[in-house]
Amino acid sequence: MDILISSLVAGLLIGSVFALVALGLTIIFGVMDIVNFAHGEFLMIGMYTGILTVQVTGLDPLFSLPVALAVGFALGLLCYVGFVKYLLRGPMVAQLLGTFGLMLFLRNLVLLIFGSEDRGIHTGILVGKSLDLGMGVIIPATKLAAAVLSVLSFVAVYVFIHKTKLGKALQATALNRQAARYMGIPAERMNALAWGIGGATVTAAGALLVNFWSASPYVGLLFTMIAFAIVALGGFGSIPGAFFAALVVGLITEIPGIWDFFTYTFDNDWMADVPMNSFKYTGVYLTYFIIMVVRPRGLFGWKL
Amino acid sequence: MAKELLRVEEITVRYSGLPVVQGVSLSVAAGETVCVVGANGAGKSTILRAVMGAQPAIRGRILFRGEEIHKLPTEEIVRRGVVYVPEERMLFLPISVEENLLLGAYIHKDRRRVARNLEKTYDIFPKLRERRQQAVSTLSGGEQQMVAIGRALMSEPKVLMLDEPSLGLAPKLVDEVLDTVRRLKNEGVTILLVEQNVREALDLADRAYVIQSGRVVLEGTGADLLENPEVKSAYLGF
Repeated sequence: MDILISSLVAGLLIGSVFALVALGLTIIFGVMDIVNFAHGEFLMIGMYTGILTVQVTGLDPLFSLPVALAVGFALGLLCYVGFVKYLLRGPMVAQLLGTFGLMLFLRNLVLLIFGSEDRGIHTGILVGKSLDLGMGVIIPATKLAAAVLSVLSFVAVYVFIHKTKLGKALQATALNRQAARYMGIPAERMNALAWGIGGATVTAAGALLVNFWSASPYVGLLFTMIAFAIVALGGFGSIPGAFFAALVVGLITEIPGIWDFFTYTFDNDWMADVPMNSFKYTGVYLTYFIIMVVRPRGLFGWKL
Repeated sequence: MAKELLRVEEITVRYSGLPVVQGVSLSVAAGETVCVVGANGAGKSTILRAVMGAQPAIRGRILFRGEEIHKLPTEEIVRRGVVYVPEERMLFLPISVEENLLLGAYIHKDRRRVARNLEKTYDIFPKLRERRQQAVSTLSGGEQQMVAIGRALMSEPKVLMLDEPSLGLAPKLVDEVLDTVRRLKNEGVTILLVEQNVREALDLADRAYVIQSGRVVLEGTGADLLENPEVKSAYLGF
């Protein structure tokens, strides 16, 4: 039983971080109908931002969150103003290939600067600490902190979009771009804002992950795929949808643990022989595939 | 003569390569209600979209208070006081009536002023006050048209451009919407109206332009055009 509960808790915790990972993708898609293939690369840069902040300042990795937010916002803004803006004038294909190119560029830039080896942080005050919930369920403190800070960041963005004038203008742009312009809302600036928020949130998620997930220049693609699956499941452009879908996807990644539980419970030999851990993310991709075939609009379909 | 606010000079607009508006000129003075009438597809709506910068004029000039606006982005034109209620209404459907109206006042920073405009809008459309918290998608066509017009009024337009506000409404609602336009006119709002209900529109207008195949074929006061034999045979059915 403890394995089952541990797996479910772990799934919900990592799912909370995944929500922050997917938030930017769904906002950018919602506002501009652009799919950002470089999304995971922002997260990767967030991981390196976290590592660098720790190395340079000597502070605990948790303090790298504001740094990552600022770096991500600036990077998102820069990518939009310096690059994506020009893609919008081209056909749809240009936009797809354009952000794909951005992904390759960012990845190789980091490869050039930091090299290809894995890096991690093992010095934080939370590393090695854990919270015992009893019944053999133990939560690593790093994951708990990452989940709590992710949820707080996510809620902050949600409140910003629904309660502030600027946020409502962003929502209006997502709902009907031309109508928003007729209200005097500057569409260009809303695009830039979407990229800024999108960059900031996913980069922050990277900084939160680096406490327990090693960084490499290649780590981005996995998170891009996870974010795609979440956004497809939650509805393209839907923020609450992304949150719930992320929890579902988090639980899906914990299927190996759940499988183990049933293996022990039934004491089943063939189940023990299945290398479930090798298929950790297969469930995520499978979910993505099924949704795209069955319901391409996503399960929920509501913008922002 | 009252001060001229909006002036369209010899504009030509293409749509997928075809000139749908050719060398059209018109003007709107402060306090005036000007109407553009003509058959479906004559290019009436295109003129309004060109004024908004949503469909650029490839020739000609558009002036607002004597300044060229035809090279400005839409949002800047709105800031100057030209506000457009599109034919498709373009409401923000999933959010509430009040949120839609407040977005209409986006260009104003002063909260008290916005609150005052909101009250004024609710006074004009009491039904919207009742439904303020309802999602716009749940409203009837007539109510949605009220939201569209109300949203435009929230920005305190210097020129209000209405694109076929009666389109797709039941006859009773058509009268209601046109009565609203008349009320706005009497309150001194400057209006540029595009309408297919030629008789009602001409009756309402101080001046009007008749558009045919993208050109102005007739212009004059509403009363004169109502008596014009060509207008009578082509648009009024006798």
